[in-house]
Amino acid sequence: MAQTPHVEIRGAGVAGLALAYQLVERGAKVTLVEAGRDLTGSASWLAGGMLAPWCERENAEEEVLLHGRGAIDWWERALPGLVKRKGTLVVASPRDAKEIDRFAARTSGYRRVAREEITVLEPDLAGRFAKALFFEGEAHLDPRTALTGLLEKLVATGVRYLCDGTQSRDHADVIADCTGMAAREPDLRPVRGEMLLLHAPEVTLSRPVRFLHPRIPVYVVPRDKHHFMVGATMIESADNGPVTVRSTMELLNAAYSLHPGFAEARIIETGAGLRPAYADNLPRVRRKGITVSVNGFYRHGFLLAPHYAGQATDLILTQAQERAHEAHH
Amino acid sequence: MLTLYGETVSSRLLLGTAQYPSPKVLGEAVKASGTQILTVSLRRETAGGGTGGQFWEMIRELGLRVLPNTAGCHSVREAVMTAKMARDLFGTDWIKLEVIGHHDSLQPDVFGLVEAARILSDDGFKVFPYTTEDAVVGEKLLEAGCEVLMPWCAPIGSARGPANPDALKSYRAHFPDTPLVVDAGLGRPSHAVQVLEFGFDAVLLNTAVAKAGDPVAMAKAFAGAVEAGRLAFEAIPLEPRDMAVPSTPVIGMAVFE
Repeated sequence: MAQTPHVEIRGAGVAGLALAYQLVERGAKVTLVEAGRDLTGSASWLAGGMLAPWCERENAEEEVLLHGRGAIDWWERALPGLVKRKGTLVVASPRDAKEIDRFAARTSGYRRVAREEITVLEPDLAGRFAKALFFEGEAHLDPRTALTGLLEKLVATGVRYLCDGTQSRDHADVIADCTGMAAREPDLRPVRGEMLLLHAPEVTLSRPVRFLHPRIPVYVVPRDKHHFMVGATMIESADNGPVTVRSTMELLNAAYSLHPGFAEARIIETGAGLRPAYADNLPRVRRKGITVSVNGFYRHGFLLAPHYAGQATDLILTQAQERAHEAHH
Repeated sequence: MLTLYGETVSSRLLLGTAQYPSPKVLGEAVKASGTQILTVSLRRETAGGGTGGQFWEMIRELGLRVLPNTAGCHSVREAVMTAKMARDLFGTDWIKLEVIGHHDSLQPDVFGLVEAARILSDDGFKVFPYTTEDAVVGEKLLEAGCEVLMPWCAPIGSARGPANPDALKSYRAHFPDTPLVVDAGLGRPSHAVQVLEFGFDAVLLNTAVAKAGDPVAMAKAFAGAVEAGRLAFEAIPLEPRDMAVPSTPVIGMAVFE
């Protein structure tokens, strides 16, 4: 095996693309194989695109904060101009105001803001909320632009991209499995997520807003031209059928409670997919023979893929070096 | 020891499985709590014929008795259908019956509850009904075939603790021989101590542990609370009085000025 190995990456979701990017950066030869027709079939395609490690810590292990903090800079370097460093605003309806304190008790990296500052941050929410948490260090991006942007850059640098069932016939030194639930690992479980894409000409938001609720926490992430992604349910289920009426109502209710302008919004798209997760809801990089699997990103694909892709890159390159060294002797 | 439908368990704490940071934390909390009965929801998880697959497998691997529930069911038909699905999936005739009357407050629809309890009991189910602290509804549930009652002490997820202690005490007095499990509304271990002191046989909770800052430590705290409350009940606590009662005789004592 040469010192610069040929790696075949399977799966062009955020894990596969981030891994391809880092491997190419460090001199490896990469072939990227996507079983689907294009990028739209991956769980990543339905992501919110929030780079919110401090908020996520509310219901996740410390690793998510530790390994997610670098994601904002990574994405900015990989795709300049894509990341919006606007922070996150966390609000609750007046009767659920205690949820703000509960959220605050479990997180860090925020400051409490009152009516006046909420108005300055998000003029459209003026007078609607008396208090909120502002996570200034967080950011967001449009995940679809990020995925297609990475793929374009990779192809431009000579990465071979095969899709729609085309298989690579070239010899690969390493197979990197980034196929999410399709990897069928026995300890991987599906967590169903549902999302909506709305076009709301009457609403302007410049940053993700999390709307807390005791049972149904929802977030609204602004995209270009008054488009908004509203997500996302978390259901322990292997069903990847279309979004249900109940989930749609919950998501729409939250959006409407956040801003009445959402009443006249158009539903552009609904989506449902399966997040791959291990028992601790943290990703893993694992090696078995010549296969390295990078999986289990749960709801943290865009946040954690840069870190774990880096870990996988180290593993693949170190191994290649060791083998080259052995062959030399 | 607590006997529910002929099955004896030593832990008086029943736990839910929703809203934990991860299945791993859930597993650790369950171990720390010493619970022997876990309740699992199915309604949403089985939509579209899908299954919670690996998640349920993880629950099964904990090796405890599973009490499937019909959370999220708003009609008798839905609840009955979900209960039957649960029986097939988990191979148990135990069912925690919820028929929700209001989607936001999650208050039980006691009319639908009694009807569903009768249908399921006739079909051989052992029904654990989530109900209010209304004793007449309790009577109807027993008459429908239930042998356990599970009144709330406050709305689901509210963490308020016993909102109406007098009503809960009357409920206990009204059903001296029926196992009573307080289901829903508990927020802190002190709430659990309180209802166990009233003589309730057990508590069922989810949010108070799952959404605590440290679910595993909170599970342990609730285990201690349930044990303390039960011990206190068995030890027959003093009833409060309106005036001071010296614990030593007063007559004949020297008076210091």
